Amino acid sequence: MWQWFYKLGSPKYFYDMTSGLLPWLYTITFFLLIVGVVWGLMFAPPDYQMGDNYRIIYIHVPAASLALGAYAMMAAMAAMHLIWKIKMADIVAKVIAPVGGMFCAVALFTGSFWGKPTWGTYWIWDARITSTLILLFIYMGVAALRNAYDSTSAGAKAAAVLTLVGVVNLPIIRYSVDWWNTLHQSASNLSLRAVGANPPEIWIPAFFMGFALLGLFLIAIILRARNEILVREKRTLWVQDLLQNEIEQSREPSHHA
Amino acid sequence: MFSATNLFCERDERVLFTQLNFTISAGEVIQVQGANGSGKTSLLRILAGLNADFTGDISWQGQAVNRRRETFNAGLFYLGHSPAINKTLTPLQNLRWYCACHGFSDDTAIVLALADLGLAGYEHIPCHQMSAGQQRRVSLARLQLSVAPLWILDEPFTALDKQGVADLEQCIDTKVRQGGAVILTTHHALQLQCPVRVINLDELQGVGA
Amino acid sequence: MSRSRFSLGVTACLLAGLQRELLLAVRSPGNTINPLMFFVIAISLFPLGGGADTVFLSSIAPGVIWVTALLAVMLSMESLFRSDFEDGSLEQLLLSPQPLYFQILAKVFGHWLVTGLPLVLLSPLLGLLLALPAQAYLPLMLGLLLGTPTLNLIGAIGMALTVGLSRSGLLLAVLVLPLSIPVLVFGAGVVNAALNGLPMAGLLAVLGAMLALALSLAPLAIGAALRISVN
Repeated sequence: MWQWFYKLGSPKYFYDMTSGLLPWLYTITFFLLIVGVVWGLMFAPPDYQMGDNYRIIYIHVPAASLALGAYAMMAAMAAMHLIWKIKMADIVAKVIAPVGGMFCAVALFTGSFWGKPTWGTYWIWDARITSTLILLFIYMGVAALRNAYDSTSAGAKAAAVLTLVGVVNLPIIRYSVDWWNTLHQSASNLSLRAVGANPPEIWIPAFFMGFALLGLFLIAIILRARNEILVREKRTLWVQDLLQNEIEQSREPSHHA
Repeated sequence: MFSATNLFCERDERVLFTQLNFTISAGEVIQVQGANGSGKTSLLRILAGLNADFTGDISWQGQAVNRRRETFNAGLFYLGHSPAINKTLTPLQNLRWYCACHGFSDDTAIVLALADLGLAGYEHIPCHQMSAGQQRRVSLARLQLSVAPLWILDEPFTALDKQGVADLEQCIDTKVRQGGAVILTTHHALQLQCPVRVINLDELQGVGA
Repeated sequence: MSRSRFSLGVTACLLAGLQRELLLAVRSPGNTINPLMFFVIAISLFPLGGGADTVFLSSIAPGVIWVTALLAVMLSMESLFRSDFEDGSLEQLLLSPQPLYFQILAKVFGHWLVTGLPLVLLSPLLGLLLALPAQAYLPLMLGLLLGTPTLNLIGAIGMALTVGLSRSGLLLAVLVLPLSIPVLVFGAGVVNAALNGLPMAGLLAVLGAMLALALSLAPLAIGAALRISVN
């Protein structure tokens, strides 16, 4: 187990391993996505209160949980990078920030498009929405800090420190926003997450969609990480060999005929 | 006393030095040489513990410095490019803070050190009213106050006049005779009485892997 | 070399660091005065922009005073590490044999004494400008007294992370403002509770807990960030 973990820390091993893994991931994600979308949009019954509006949860809820989960993953990578100086951990931490931020944005957009027909307004300072918005700010801060540094290694460490500060702060933010929300209660009792109390026909497709989005998330992370590996390791022999092979393959027409 | 094993450092995808090994004992002087951009300052900052972008081991009295940072700091005097002198404060205030950081308080010694460097009467004048050379001397006054056995000096002769250079060379000689060790970089031709070992970084530049 | 040296403990070293911070404030008074002036000017803009109706003003006063205080603290952070970074004193701080954790605490505390504490003392005056009812003054000051040190510590993390960058002002805001939200929420919450006659001891306790957490963890992050910045 540890040895495998240790090997995963090598960019070359990560690259080789994900080359084999990606086709499987594509297939599984595609399957889950089709099942989830078709079931969720065509077969799941309408909600007695929200009608068809609720169907946006099939994207909203997984996106919101993944946005939070991605931060936990980024923080774990940041800690591994700071403590053990694992290069691969920093590469993953770097590529998570924009993807996690993207999932926050998706959750916010889907939330507000659901809010319009339900609450009559695109934006409400609901506790969960506000927390997600702040999480998006923190993702943007981490990415901005990294980009502000000219030196890759200094930027990586600075971003890692900020990520870890965020980990301590996020639960406190969550708690304070919840408390604040009880004071300024403006949202109706109708919450998008309350859909879980619905019959299985509604939440089983959500289950499929959750895993499908997790698959999409992993694909995005892996593809971006592979790019980053090629950029950072461009002077090493294995990357040069790899690129050489790619060029030769693309020159041979028989492969495509 | 102080040794570096297998140091490797690259900056902006360029290898500055690789497999750099040396040991310095009491009573020795090492001069680090190299062209501009060869990594002299990086090496000194790595040795002082200000730069962490390297691989290899640095040990102080047989123990890895990163495990015993505070013990090592107590034995180290580092003089960098920047003077570490706040210009709005007076020399006395600047040096008092420096001394307190190193765990002692000795105003008489500060006044004496300043007088030694020709700054008698300037104790209470804000540093921004002094010339660059005088500010440099305030910074160098710390050398006389320091009891640390290891000195790491990055271009210590910058902005000094002839007399200043001679005084500083004498100061280094005295330190070495008393059992100190000095690692320094300079473009100036050293005229020390003690023998000087040279590490030339231009010869250590590795080829990109 | 037989000089008479008075060796000092950690406490004396911290006092020296604190003294230096206060001396610097005396020598460059702008670093202390400018954030205060910002605090007053920014607050006087709200009645001009939003209307001088006293009911309206007193309803927005807690939030406005707290948000402005947060911004003033952030603007004051620039003077905490900037000059030390530029003249190399920061390197000497990191190379000092005394524990970095306490040296950073002393430095941030000194900075708070000359920038945060004046904000606390000035806040009743601004409450007056915003027609804050009498019962809210003490809670406002108590909240700021517990909250501004936390804001200083969070700001110091951001400043330590960005001090090595050439244009860092806006980046500092982007990093620090989201992290300061809990202090803002509970700080303004204390004043609002006082206005509505609700108990506020619990809220002050939360602010105190945040301060305790910041005191124990922030210096570690600041130290790590400073090491990255001098690299």
